[in-house]
Amino acid sequence: VSADPRVEDLLRGLAPQVLGVLVRRHRQFDACEDAVQEALLAASQQWPLEGVPESPRAWLVTVASRRLIDQIRSEQALRRREEEAVVEPAALEVPDQDDTLLLLFLCCHPALSPASQLALTLRAVGGLTTAQIAGAFLVPEATMGQRISRAKQSIKAAGGAFSQPPPEEFAERLAVVLHVLYLIFNEGYTASSGPDLSRGELTREAIRLTRVVFGLLPDERSGGERAARDRGEVAGLLALMLLTDARRPARSRPDGSLVPLAEQDRGLWDASSIAEGVELVSAALVRSRLGPYQLQAAIAAVHAEAPRAQDTDWPQILGLYELLSRLAPNPMVTLNHAVAVAMVLGPVAGLELLETLAGDERIAGHHRLHAVRAHLLEQVGEVGAAREEYRLAARRTTSLPEQRYLEAQAARLS
Amino acid sequence: MKYLLLIHMGPSIRDILSDAELEAVGAAHGPYIESLKASGEFVLTQALADPSHSRTVRLRDGVPAVTDGPFIEAKEYLAGYYIVDCESEARAIEVASQMPDAKYTGVEVRPIMFEGGLEM
Repeated sequence: VSADPRVEDLLRGLAPQVLGVLVRRHRQFDACEDAVQEALLAASQQWPLEGVPESPRAWLVTVASRRLIDQIRSEQALRRREEEAVVEPAALEVPDQDDTLLLLFLCCHPALSPASQLALTLRAVGGLTTAQIAGAFLVPEATMGQRISRAKQSIKAAGGAFSQPPPEEFAERLAVVLHVLYLIFNEGYTASSGPDLSRGELTREAIRLTRVVFGLLPDERSGGERAARDRGEVAGLLALMLLTDARRPARSRPDGSLVPLAEQDRGLWDASSIAEGVELVSAALVRSRLGPYQLQAAIAAVHAEAPRAQDTDWPQILGLYELLSRLAPNPMVTLNHAVAVAMVLGPVAGLELLETLAGDERIAGHHRLHAVRAHLLEQVGEVGAAREEYRLAARRTTSLPEQRYLEAQAARLS
Repeated sequence: MKYLLLIHMGPSIRDILSDAELEAVGAAHGPYIESLKASGEFVLTQALADPSHSRTVRLRDGVPAVTDGPFIEAKEYLAGYYIVDCESEARAIEVASQMPDAKYTGVEVRPIMFEGGLEM
């Protein structure tokens, strides 16, 4: 892969545009995607040595089209062993059109499992190679290659079309796209404290793609009320990613151990990401219908705006969690809600809210439930019970840094 | 999420199964691996040598003490393992249930720890 980051960035941005041109011309998403991947690889090898061509996009379209036609020819030869008329690419007029959104809808087709949606999105829209994606998910390249080609077959079998979803499905399909981008971000964010830099790349890629989607959706002036609503959640997601990622330099120590939010050195937070995130979510909250991503971003913004942990506006956070609990109730929201309740109304009230999760199978035995309970029990002075809860939490997590952190908390109370 | 599938074996199973049956289980791993590769979930697999080859090492006062045999003295032993990358625990259990050995012995499914985490 190219060692030149500028070439790499250029190729990433062009990947979905080139793929869009090919799919419009030849249909066959599956074969076109392979051809574009080959053209990207060729470019990443040639451009750093020979220089970037005058029209990089036309170059990629030409090379990818040739690969595609070679492939179709050899398949036809295999099938019939006779010469067939193959449509040559027309003179290289490259329509000035960005098909990234259509490709995202296709790659995030509801017939696919989330793991397949993620992998295909990163390759077809993100322009990452199979090897890079495999590295980021720590699986063999062949496994990732297979996952991607299966995903493409599933889309074909489900009759996935390269077109805008009908208006009545648009919001639902967009929600799937946003969820996939959110998962890509989380995969990178929760794993990026380790020495493996390739995983941090995933957060960067998720932010880049969300930014592209935000830029491509019609705004309220041209798209009306529905557009305003759809775009509000994209803004919310982008803001949430930026505000979360801004904390990355402060969230772990050089040895990989986790630093809780209250103890982070806020001077290390990325001020420009915070400024952009706060602006995005503030604008969205004013103009759009409220949505879960906007609310989560708003909560992250309140944290980001506190110069010190003790300056945090917890009553405002509590209000936002109350809204979120109504709008998108789930046990994880209740758990965070309980933390906010404890900060404003005291640990006993927080523990009472946690009680409502008892018997909820979706979160039973989850380490976060035990960790929050431990934290609140410690505050009410039940040190022994708190220690036990920390120990349980440490046993239940499957993350090594989290386990070390929770064990240290239990040890502190011994 | 990655899972370790541990194939536990007990001497009783070896006594019960004929050589031909044992061989059939071994041979069935080929197609099983292929099915995991085809589904995009395969990461790694290894069969382990008989535990009579095991040496257990303990460092005592800076001196390595090596004993013959496995760490845990038991009739059951680890015969091999797979690492798979599955969508959910339910899927990992399904994959484990399809393993040729599952008919005769137990396959343990354990999540693998990962290197990252939230800031709690």
